[in-house]
Amino acid sequence: MSEVILRPKGSIDIMVEAEVINPDIFAGKTTSEIGEMIVWQGAKQLPLSGFFDVEGSAKSIAADTKIIIEGDVSRVKHIGHGMKAGEIVIEGSAGMHVGSEMIGGSILVKGNAGSWAGMEMKGGTLHIIGNAGDHVGCAYRGSWRGMNGGKIIIDGNARSQLGGGMNGGEIHVCGNVENFAGIRMNSGLIVVKGDAIRGVGAQMAGGTFVVNGRIKQLSPGFELAGIEKNPKIDEMTLSGEFAKFTGDFVVSRTPKGILFAKGV
Amino acid sequence: MPFTMVIRNGYVFDPLNEIDGEIKDIFIKDGKIVEDLTHNDLRDAKVIDAKGKTVMPGGVDSHSHVAGAKVNGGRMMCPEDRYKWVTKKGEITHSGSGNTVPSVYVQGYDYAKMGYTTVFEAAIPPMEARHTHEEMRATPILDMGGYLVLGNNWFIMRYLKAGDIQKAAAYVAWMMRTHKAYGIKCVNPAGVENWGWGKNVSSLDEPNIHFGITPREVIHGLAEINEMLGMPMSLHLHANNLGHPGCWETTRDSLDVTSDLKVECKMDVEWQKTKIDPQRKQSVYLAHAQFNSFGGTSWGDFESGAKGIVDYVNKTDHVVIDNGAVPFGPATVMTGDGPAIHHLYKLTGNKWSNKDIELECGSGILSFNYLKANPVHSVEWAIGLELLLLVNDPWKTILTTDHPNGGPFNKYPQLITWIMSKKARDATFAECHKWAQDRSSLGGNDREMTLYEIAVLTRANPARTVGIAHRKGHLGTGADGDVTIYDFDPTKLEVNDYTNITRGFQNAAYTIKDGGIVAQNGQVMSVPKGKTFFTQAHTDDSLEKEMLKDVKEWFKYYTLGFAQYPVPDKYILNPAPVQVNKPLEAVVGG
Repeated sequence: MSEVILRPKGSIDIMVEAEVINPDIFAGKTTSEIGEMIVWQGAKQLPLSGFFDVEGSAKSIAADTKIIIEGDVSRVKHIGHGMKAGEIVIEGSAGMHVGSEMIGGSILVKGNAGSWAGMEMKGGTLHIIGNAGDHVGCAYRGSWRGMNGGKIIIDGNARSQLGGGMNGGEIHVCGNVENFAGIRMNSGLIVVKGDAIRGVGAQMAGGTFVVNGRIKQLSPGFELAGIEKNPKIDEMTLSGEFAKFTGDFVVSRTPKGILFAKGV
Repeated sequence: MPFTMVIRNGYVFDPLNEIDGEIKDIFIKDGKIVEDLTHNDLRDAKVIDAKGKTVMPGGVDSHSHVAGAKVNGGRMMCPEDRYKWVTKKGEITHSGSGNTVPSVYVQGYDYAKMGYTTVFEAAIPPMEARHTHEEMRATPILDMGGYLVLGNNWFIMRYLKAGDIQKAAAYVAWMMRTHKAYGIKCVNPAGVENWGWGKNVSSLDEPNIHFGITPREVIHGLAEINEMLGMPMSLHLHANNLGHPGCWETTRDSLDVTSDLKVECKMDVEWQKTKIDPQRKQSVYLAHAQFNSFGGTSWGDFESGAKGIVDYVNKTDHVVIDNGAVPFGPATVMTGDGPAIHHLYKLTGNKWSNKDIELECGSGILSFNYLKANPVHSVEWAIGLELLLLVNDPWKTILTTDHPNGGPFNKYPQLITWIMSKKARDATFAECHKWAQDRSSLGGNDREMTLYEIAVLTRANPARTVGIAHRKGHLGTGADGDVTIYDFDPTKLEVNDYTNITRGFQNAAYTIKDGGIVAQNGQVMSVPKGKTFFTQAHTDDSLEKEMLKDVKEWFKYYTLGFAQYPVPDKYILNPAPVQVNKPLEAVVGG
C-alpha cells in the first residue's frame, strides 16, 4: 500500500468540486501529476495543488493506494465519488457528496460529513465518525433508486432522509436520525441505535428498518405485527423488547417493509 | 447564410427521385440543391469528398416532442434525467443537460449530429403555443413546425355536433394562423373532454359528456376539414383507448373512419419535379402506432396486436403510420391524453402530472423506464419493430420513438439497426423477456431493410407525409440543401456486423443544412437559426367573422384575454409560412 498525503493549504471560500480525489484516478500517478489534476471552483478550473500540498505517490493500481487528507475538507465536495477500490482517510470533516456513487474500497471520515454522503452507493464501506448531514445513502433528487449495496456506518447522528429509495446494502447510525429515514425503501437494512423523529419508512415497500430507541411520530401506514423479544435479523440479534410493524400500506396492499422500534 | 457546395462521389440514396445507391455528385448553390454549378461557382464552392460514403437527404422527424409546456414540464419533473447527462459549453455551443428530455440546445445539437435537419413538434395545445414557439425559436440548427391539438376543442365539438362543418373549418383556419401552427393533431378524440369528469370514452361511437359527440364524428370532421382546407399534412391521429390491452381494434376502426375522404392539398408552393409524386396520399397519419397496437384482453394475456393494424394498412392506401418504438431504457411519457397518463400512473406508481387545458385539451407527464426483464415492455419493443417490418410498402411507415414516450430520439440509430439486421434483433431477443418472442411475430420475421428503405422511413416519407417534400426529404433540384453523409460504404455494408450500423448512424460524417456544415463526426460545426414552418389557412371572410363572434362569446370561459391569445409575429425568428386555400383560388367546401 502506498500513501498519498493531501494537506489543505488554508480555508476555502467557494466550494471545490474534487471528484478527482479518488484512488482509481490517483493510481499510477506521481506527486506532481496528482498536484496538476484539475478541480472546479465555481466557474474556474484550478490545479489540485492550489488547495493541497501533495506528498507521496500512488501505486499503479487503486487497490494499493491510500489517500490521507490531513485536515478539514468540509468545503471540498465529491471526494471519492464513484471510487472502485483503495482507501481514503479524511482526518477532519468532509464536504457534501463524500463517497457518492462509490462502488468499492473504503472511506473513513474522522470528523463530520456533509449532506449526500454515500449517495446512490453501490458497494464498499463509508465510515463517518462524527455526524452526517441529510440524504445519506439516498437517491438523488427526482429519483427513487438509492443505495443498492455497500455499508455506511455513522458513529454520530444523521439528519433527514437517510437511505431514501434504498434498494440494498446496510446503514448503521449509532446516534439519532431526524425525518423520513428509509423513505421509499425497497430492500436493505437500516439500523438506528438512537431515536427518530417522524416519517420512518414512509412509503417503504420492502427492506428492514430498526430503531433501537423511540420513534416520536410513527407513519400512519404501518400496522403492528406483534411484540418480539430479542428479534433476530439475518445474523444480527437485537436485544430487548421490540414492536414489529409492517408497512407502508400507503403504497401497497401487501407491503413487505418491516419496522422494529422499542417505543413509538 | 446561404452556401455553395459540391458533394463528390458519394453513394446517393434519394427515394423520392428513385436513386438507390448510385454514385453521384450533389451541387448546392445559395443553400438550394441545383443540377450543376458554373465554373465560377465551382471555384468558390466548398468540396466534400464523399467517396465510399452514404449520402442521403437531411433527416426529417415528423413526430417528436421537443418544445412547449409538457416538454418543459418533463424537464422540471425529472432532475434525475439531467444531472448525469451534462453537455459542456463549447466554443460555439451552449451548455445543456438531459437524456430523455434534453434542454433545447442539446436537442438541436444531437439531432444535427445524427443527420436530422427538420423536426416537427407533434402536439401544441393552443393556449401553450407561445411557449412552444419560444422553445422552437431557442432550438439551434433545426427547421421546425408543430401540430395544433384540436380533438377535444370546445368550438370544434360544438360546430361538428351542430353539423356546421363550414364554421368548424373557418375556426381551424383561423386557429392555424393565430397560433402559427403547421398541422392538425387529434388526441384521444372526445375522450380527453370526459377526463374533466374523471371519465374517458372506450369506443368510437360513445358520445361524450355535454357535447354528446363521438370519437368517430370528431375524427371524420377534423379529417374532412383538413382536406377542405387542403392542409399540407393529413390529420395526425392519436387514437382512443391508447395503452389498453386489445386497443388495436379501436385503432383499426379509427383508421377506417377517413377512408371515404378525397385527399386534396391546396398549398401555394412550388412543387419540385421528383420521380415519385411528392404530395401526400394519406387522409390519416396514425401517431405512435405501437401504443395503439396492443393485443390480448388483459395484462395477463397481453400480446402484440400489430398484425391487425398491419393487415389494414397493407390493404388500404389512405394511411401512414409512425411506429413510436420502444428501444428500452429510460423514457418520459408525455401526451395530451390525460387519462392515459393516469392509467399508467395506476399501473406503475411512478411520479406523474396532469393538466387541464381549459376549453381545448389536456395533458400529462410520467417518468418511465422500459425494462428488458419486463414481459409487457418486451412485447412493446417487438410491436414497434413489427409495425415497420410487416408493412410491405415503406411509403406507409415512418420511424420514430414518439420521443421521449417510447424512448429518446438518440436511440434512432439503434432502431435502424434492428430493422436492418435480424442478427441484431436476435441478440436483443436473447436479453429480453421471452414474451417478446412468444407473443409477437417478430422472431419469425426475416426482413432486413435496405439503406434505400431507411432513407424512405427517416426522410423521404416523413417529408411527404407532412407535406414538406417540396423542399425537404429529397435531393432534387430546388430542394433545400440539407444533406447527410454517413461514414459507411453501402457496397461493403455487413448487416451481421450490426454495431457498425449503430455507430454510423449515431454520428454522421457530415450533416449539411442549407449548404452549410452543421455537424461533422459528432462535432457541432455551426449553429444557424432554423426556420419555423406554419400554415396560413384561409376561408371565406364573412364566415370567419361570424365564427369569431362565437369565439369571443365563449372567451369568457378562458382564463386569458382574447388579445393575449394569438402568437405575435415577433415570436418567430425565421418564418416560413405556407399559404393554403388562398381565397382567390378556392372557396371552402365547394
